[in-house]
Amino acid sequence: MAASSDHAGKTGFRAWLNKRLPVDEFIDSQLIGYFAPKNFNIWYFFGALALLVFVIQILTGIFLTMHYKPSETAAFDSVEYIMREVEWGWLIRYMHSTGASFFFIVVYLHMFRAMIYGSYRAPRELLWILGMLLYLALMAEAFMGYVLPWGNMSYWGAQVIVNLFGTIPVIGPGVVEWIRGDYGIADSTLNRFFALHVIALPFAIAFLVLMHLVALRQTGSNNPDGIEIKEKMGSNGKPIDGIPFHPYYTVKDVVGVGVFLIFFCGVIFFAPTFGGLFLEKPNFEPANELSTPEHIAPVWYFTAFYAMLRAVPDQQLGALLMLLAIVVLFFLPWLDRSPVKSIRYKGWLSKIALALFVVSFVVLSYLGLKPASDLYVILARVFTAVYFAYFLLMPWYTRIEKCKSAPERVTYHA
Amino acid sequence: MSDEKVTADDIDVNRRKFLTMATAATGAVGVAFTLVPFIASWKPSERARALGAPLEIDVSKLGPGQMITQSWRKQPIYVVRRTPESVAKLGGVAASLKDPNSEASDQPAYAKNEMRSLKPEILVLYAACTHLGCLPKQYSTVADPAMGADWPGGFFCPCHGSRFDLAGRVFNGSPASANLRVPPHKFESDSLLVIGVDAAQGAA
Amino acid sequence: MRKSFLAAALGFTLVFAGPSAMAATTGPHAAWMDWEPGNDVGNIASLQRGAANFMGYCAGCHSLKYKRYSRVAKDLNIPEEQMEKLLLLPGAKKGDYIITPMSKADGEVWFGKAPPDLSLTTRAKGSDYVYQFLKTFYVDPKSTNGTNNLALPNTAMPHVLSALQGVQEAKFKAVEKVVDGETVTEQHWDSFELTSPGQLSPEEYDGFVRDTVNFLEYVGEPVKAKRESLGVWVILFLLVFTGFAYLLKQEYWKDVK
Repeated sequence: MAASSDHAGKTGFRAWLNKRLPVDEFIDSQLIGYFAPKNFNIWYFFGALALLVFVIQILTGIFLTMHYKPSETAAFDSVEYIMREVEWGWLIRYMHSTGASFFFIVVYLHMFRAMIYGSYRAPRELLWILGMLLYLALMAEAFMGYVLPWGNMSYWGAQVIVNLFGTIPVIGPGVVEWIRGDYGIADSTLNRFFALHVIALPFAIAFLVLMHLVALRQTGSNNPDGIEIKEKMGSNGKPIDGIPFHPYYTVKDVVGVGVFLIFFCGVIFFAPTFGGLFLEKPNFEPANELSTPEHIAPVWYFTAFYAMLRAVPDQQLGALLMLLAIVVLFFLPWLDRSPVKSIRYKGWLSKIALALFVVSFVVLSYLGLKPASDLYVILARVFTAVYFAYFLLMPWYTRIEKCKSAPERVTYHA
Repeated sequence: MSDEKVTADDIDVNRRKFLTMATAATGAVGVAFTLVPFIASWKPSERARALGAPLEIDVSKLGPGQMITQSWRKQPIYVVRRTPESVAKLGGVAASLKDPNSEASDQPAYAKNEMRSLKPEILVLYAACTHLGCLPKQYSTVADPAMGADWPGGFFCPCHGSRFDLAGRVFNGSPASANLRVPPHKFESDSLLVIGVDAAQGAA
Repeated sequence: MRKSFLAAALGFTLVFAGPSAMAATTGPHAAWMDWEPGNDVGNIASLQRGAANFMGYCAGCHSLKYKRYSRVAKDLNIPEEQMEKLLLLPGAKKGDYIITPMSKADGEVWFGKAPPDLSLTTRAKGSDYVYQFLKTFYVDPKSTNGTNNLALPNTAMPHVLSALQGVQEAKFKAVEKVVDGETVTEQHWDSFELTSPGQLSPEEYDGFVRDTVNFLEYVGEPVKAKRESLGVWVILFLLVFTGFAYLLKQEYWKDVK
């Protein structure tokens, strides 16, 4: 498999190019020369898919920017203009709006993969932290993008989220005014969110993606067995249980891309609003500073945290708790004390804890979409507690439980 | 569970080649289809097309020798009412024109004549100079002092000095090589000129 | 893991798809509640009738400010001459947006509130809502314009279609309910009664309303029918692509032992 590292025989343009730009060297070292564990399963598609969605968002975003107008008076109309009067504008816009939700679906599944197989554990702590920073940047990107259509939900969503910064002691009110650039959500807010959404954050995300990939190349991929393939090297100096990323995982990822696109296009063409989850009904009414929508909720990918915010009967504590729910994820590499990485070999306590965590996240996401009625608030409190217990008790339950021993070699059946 | 790699004999090279080509070709077709909406989104939108609907101009108030400029589809249009005197001059300048019969110029069939118009007195032109798109100035007076004693009346482009007669035909010695273009137009009545619809034909 | 993944995906879908079915109101079931969600915006004949209904009965007060006459004609296969004769409001040109001749100020004076633009109403409130709104006007002497509405109580809009539907009276029954330990009597809708018939039979009126709502649904998203028919081809194409990709992957993965 290492045969292609010799380019001495190449002539013509390829040779000319490689003398000046290490194209082949890059392909050899990063794709063919990168050995990934051969036992990847379905969960290992989502990293590549996240990259695909990022590219889709950039491409469609560039074209939307050509027709969109970031102004209080023209934004809403310009979106309808895209949907109705720009040739194929509707498709580009639906790709972008559906892409936003699919970005989170894919990223959540990617993060969950890391959680079940312990991909955050040493030596991949920094890989996990870079991923978490990506997640934060993505949240900011999604939030600001959501404001741009300037529908009534955009407006009130911005109002609520920006006001969260008002809970910062002492400087809060000043910060809120500074973010808005006005005394309420206004033209200035829309304009700066537009700048951040189309330039600053995409750059930040692209940079973080690069760092994430560089860190991955340094440590190598984890795998469903949570063991290090580098510990068993073959005579060729490559891991015995590794296979070249190209062609094996490139052809496999192409299948993943095909299946993903079937789902993605299914939503774009048959359910672009996804029953009001991806595009909310009140956002088909223009922003109105005099009328809050009857029921206000963020888009589904933020609702778990929103439910936690509402579960606390104190403004500052609620905001703090929501912040902690995200911050605690950063510490995952050090909270997990299990002798094994993968859930396959962890004990029952870890399995139950993980199951409860998934349930709490899904239930909180659901509750965040619903009005804050009595029962729902109680449920939100219970599941917020479960959410935090998963992390805070982890050092305890991962140490006391009885684990199976991880195998010497990865589990793979051809 | 062994690290032995399959030998080259086990690999069906042709099948691999075929499937690689099939997948790549299908993928390329998919990418090509995907590009269509993005490229097409640059075409004039429905708004641009609606704003570019035919333009109606009342020419009854246009005095002899006068010219008005109107914008149609973001392009300036000159409408001139020529005097009988300047119409008479149009036949005599053919020798000093690059394309007196408008063979190499752009105009509807009904304007491919000496007057380059439907009616002798009303001239309708795209104002943009056929050289590089500046707007020529009108000098409709015969022998205008600025243009010299033999000036039959016409247009002079200030950017690069192209000269045109009052039918928009370019004079020898100008950097422009084609006559000024004529937009599709027709007369709804004697006084109502419509820009953007061809005479005795459908919409442009 | 594959099975658990699918189970999780299914569970996720169920959790989020479930709540939409819970919006049903209490009280007896009635015909006006049933607007089929599978309404066909591809039914050109219905859309044409709906367009005529809208221009005849709605456009006097309501605009469709994102919709051009020319686009309606093009999408609904209405020949240009017919459009000019049947659809254009006085003074409008075919490339214009459909804007009501009634000014906002007049609307506020006459109805207390300017009639809203209807371009996006079906998207913001749903087609069901618009259908129910047009079906549930009833006589209410307490209201300033003599009618009230179940879908939008105390609406400022008079029942402009009463000549077609006839006069409809609503019967309510008192329902006792315990709220915070106290018994409260609430008026719940029970039934409608047509006290004087209109120009249309109830079935004809229902068809009239459905066509009109269908047209408004089309106006809300003009590309919907095209989107769905194109989608079928896109998915079929992706299936072929994924099929090739899968065979290619299987072929290469024969190497991996």
